[in-house]
Amino acid sequence: MNERQLIVGPFNRVEGDLEIRLEVRDGAVASAQVNAPLFRGFEMMLPGKDPRDALTITPRICGICSVSQSSAAALALADAGGIDMPPQGRIAAALLHGVENMADHVTHFHLFFMPDFARPGYDGRAWHDRALARFTAMEGSAARRATEARAQLLHIAGILGGKWPHTLAIQPGGVTKAPDAGERVRILATLRSFRRFLEDSLFGAPVEAFAALPDVAALESWESGDAGLFQAISADLGLEGTGIGPRRYLSAGAYPLDTGRVSASGVWEGGQITPFETGAITEDLSHAWMLGDTAHPARGLTEPDEDMADPGYSWCKAPRLAGRTVEVGALARQVVDRHPLALALAAEGSVRARIAGRLLEIARLQILLEDLARSLDPSAPFMAPAPWPRSGTGAGLVEAARGTLGHWLRIEEGRIAGYQIVAPTTWNFSPRDVTGAPGPVEAALVGAEVRPGEETPLSVQHIVRSFDPCMACTVH
Amino acid sequence: MNLLWLQSAGCGGCTMSLLCAETPNVFDLLTDAGITTLWHPSFSVQTGAEVRALLASIEAGETPLDLLCIEGSIVTGPKGTGRYHMLAGTGRAMLDWVQSLAPLARDVLAVGTCAAYGGITSAGGNPAGAVGLAYDGRFGGGALDAGFRARSGRPVINIAGCPTHPDWVTQTLLLLAEDRLGAQDLDPLGRPRFYADHLVHHACPKNEYYEYKASARELSELGCMMEHLGCIGTQAHGDCNIRPWNGTGSCTRGNYPCINCTAPEFEEPRHPFTETPTIAGIPVGLPSDMPKAWFMALASLSKAATPKRIDVNAHSDRLKIPPGEGKRK
Ligand code: SF4
Ligand code: SF4
Repeated sequence: MNERQLIVGPFNRVEGDLEIRLEVRDGAVASAQVNAPLFRGFEMMLPGKDPRDALTITPRICGICSVSQSSAAALALADAGGIDMPPQGRIAAALLHGVENMADHVTHFHLFFMPDFARPGYDGRAWHDRALARFTAMEGSAARRATEARAQLLHIAGILGGKWPHTLAIQPGGVTKAPDAGERVRILATLRSFRRFLEDSLFGAPVEAFAALPDVAALESWESGDAGLFQAISADLGLEGTGIGPRRYLSAGAYPLDTGRVSASGVWEGGQITPFETGAITEDLSHAWMLGDTAHPARGLTEPDEDMADPGYSWCKAPRLAGRTVEVGALARQVVDRHPLALALAAEGSVRARIAGRLLEIARLQILLEDLARSLDPSAPFMAPAPWPRSGTGAGLVEAARGTLGHWLRIEEGRIAGYQIVAPTTWNFSPRDVTGAPGPVEAALVGAEVRPGEETPLSVQHIVRSFDPCMACTVH
Repeated sequence: MNLLWLQSAGCGGCTMSLLCAETPNVFDLLTDAGITTLWHPSFSVQTGAEVRALLASIEAGETPLDLLCIEGSIVTGPKGTGRYHMLAGTGRAMLDWVQSLAPLARDVLAVGTCAAYGGITSAGGNPAGAVGLAYDGRFGGGALDAGFRARSGRPVINIAGCPTHPDWVTQTLLLLAEDRLGAQDLDPLGRPRFYADHLVHHACPKNEYYEYKASARELSELGCMMEHLGCIGTQAHGDCNIRPWNGTGSCTRGNYPCINCTAPEFEEPRHPFTETPTIAGIPVGLPSDMPKAWFMALASLSKAATPKRIDVNAHSDRLKIPPGEGKRK
C-alpha cells in the first residue's frame, strides 16, 4: 500500500483562501479535510449597531456575492419589521440580484473552472488545443471576451444599484433608485448584447435551445460553443463519475416577487422533493475553531477559539439540515425547480452535473432577466418607506450564485442583538460534524484520482472548483 | 515589470471590481503595459505547490518582485499571532508573509480601504485585529512600520475605496509601469491624487438640491442626502461622480449616500451610516472648509428661496416638475 499526505493551498481560482488536506492511498484520495483559513468576525461586529447598518456592513462580507448579502439583510430586516416592498421594487431588486448571479456564473466558468483544462497535464488530448486557445488563464479568447461581456452586463448594476459590488440600493421597503423609461430600454439593450455573447460564444446556439434540453442524452450531444467544448472534455475525462456530492439538494427559491419566488424552494432527495424546513437547520461547531454548542442560527453565537484547539481544523461551522449535509448551488436550484435535465442529473451529483446545472441556469436566467426588465414599469413606486423595527426577529433567505444564503437577526431596543449568517459555501465546504460525517466537498473528494508525482491533483481541482466556492462568505 | 497579488482579510470585491475595467479589459491592459502577472489568486492558473514554489523563489531573491498588490486587511489576532489568517498551504500567517515580501518589492500597493487602513474588517470592535499595511485606521503603522519604504523609496500606495474603482487601480499600475508616480502624486493618506484630489460632491447630480438645501428625508427621494441621510460626499475624497462606476453609476446616482469609503475609519462613523447626526439641526460633519455660520446663513436663505420645482422634486422618487424654458430677453 502506498500512502502519502498532501496539503493543497493556496487553492486559487476560488473566491477567498482555501486549504485542503488529503490522505492519498493507492493513487486515490482516501479522506479529505477542508480548511477555511481566514476569520474576520462579521457576526461579532454587528451586535450593538443600528439595524440599518447591516445593509452597509454585510454586503462587504463578500465582493462576489455582495448583492446576495444585501438582499438577505434587507429581507431579514423586512421580516423583523413587517415591511413589504412594492411589486416593482421587488422586480428591480430581482434584476439587480440576477445580474450579479449571472456575472458570477460567467466568471466561474471562464476564469475559475475552465483554465485547468488548458494545463500542460492534458497535452495531447483531442480537445486540448481548443482549451488552450479559449481558456488559457488571462489570455484565452473566451476568458477575455467573457470578462468584457461581464463588465458590460454589470452596467445594469450601475443603473439600478449605483455601483457593484457593495450597493446600498436594496432596502427592506424597496430599491432607492426608480429607473426611468430611458434606463429601462438601456437595461434591455444591455441584456440583448449579453445574449449575443452567450449565443455566439458560450452556447453557439439560442439560449432557449440549451434551456430546453430535456435529458442527459441531449446534453451529451450538445456540440456548439464552449458548452460543447466542456461536454467533449467531460466525456473524455469521465467527469460524470467524479466528485459525487451528497445527492441531497437544497434551495430556498430565488428572486422573491409579489407573485412568489421565481424558482421553487425545497429539498430533493432520492427523487422526492419535500418542503425546506428552516427550523431544521443547525450549525455544529465540533470541528470548527469555535466555542459553544450546536444551535439553530436564530440562537447561534460566534466565539472564535483563540487557541485553535483540536479537533477543530477550520473556521467554518458545519451547517446541517435535520442533522445531515446538503448540497447547494445552481444544480440544486435547478433540481428543486424540477427542470427535467437537472432532475436527470440529480442522482449523478458529479462535476459534470454541477457544471451543466450552472450552464442551464445561465440560459434560463438570461430569459428571466429579459422578462423582468421588460416588466419594469417606470411609472410605479419602487420603494415604500417604512419605520425601522425597534425590536423583533427576522430571517432572510436568498439564493446567491453558489447557493442558499441565510441571515438571522434579532433586534432589541433599536439595536442589533444577534446576527448569524449561513452562507452557501458554509454548507458545501463544512468540516466534519459531531458524528464524524464529513462535509459535502470532503465526501466528494474521496476516491479522486491522484496521479504519481502530483502535488496538487488535477482531479481534486476540478471537483473543488465545480462547487464554485466562495471562502469569503463561508466564515465571514 | 511583474506583479504579485495576494488577498488577505477582505471580501475580494476589489478584484471583482478590477474585472469591471473596460476598454480594454484588465488582462489586455496589463499585458499591453508590459506588466506580467506572476500570480493572482483569482486569475492565475497556478495553485497550491506551484504558488508555494513561486513565493519561495521571491523570498530567496531568485525572482525579483516589482509590484506587490495586497488586497484585504491584515489580521493580527488572536493575541498578535496573525493566525486568524494563515496563508493556505504555507503554515505561515499572512502577517508574516507581508512583512517578509514587502521589503523585496519595488512598490507595494494597498488595494482597497481594508489593505490601506483596515477598513470594514476592523469595524465593530475589530474582532480579528485587522490593520492596514502601513496604517491602523488614521494612524501610521499597521502590518508594516509607519516609515516603511519599498525598494523604490515610495511608501505604500493606498488605492483606497470599498471597493476601489477599477480605473484607480489600473491607472496607478500604468503610472508605476512608466515610473511616473512621485511622492508629490500621493495625498497625505498615501492615496493617488489623480482620484483623491476630487470630492464625491463634485458633479453629483444632486448639486442643485444641495445648493438650495432641498434635502431628501427618505432614501429614494431625489433631494440632497447631506442634511438627513448621512451623505458625506462634500468631504469624501474620490472622483466617483466625475468618473462613473459600472457604466453610468455612483453611490449618489444610485440615490444612496456616500459613506466616504476611501477614508480611514469610514467603517465606524459613530452614527448609523444612512443618518446625519445633527446638533441643534445643523449637520455635525460640515464640509471642512465651510464655516458653520456661513452654512446656517446659506441654508436659511436658500431654503427660503427654493423654487417649487426643486422643492417638489427633492421629495419625489422621480422628476415631477421639469425645468421650464429659459426666458429670452
Ligand atoms: S447627495 Fe452628497 S454628494 Fe450629492 S450633492 Fe448632496 S452632499 Fe453632495
Ligand atoms: S461615493 Fe463615497 S461611498 Fe461611494 S464609492 Fe465613492 S467614496 Fe465610496
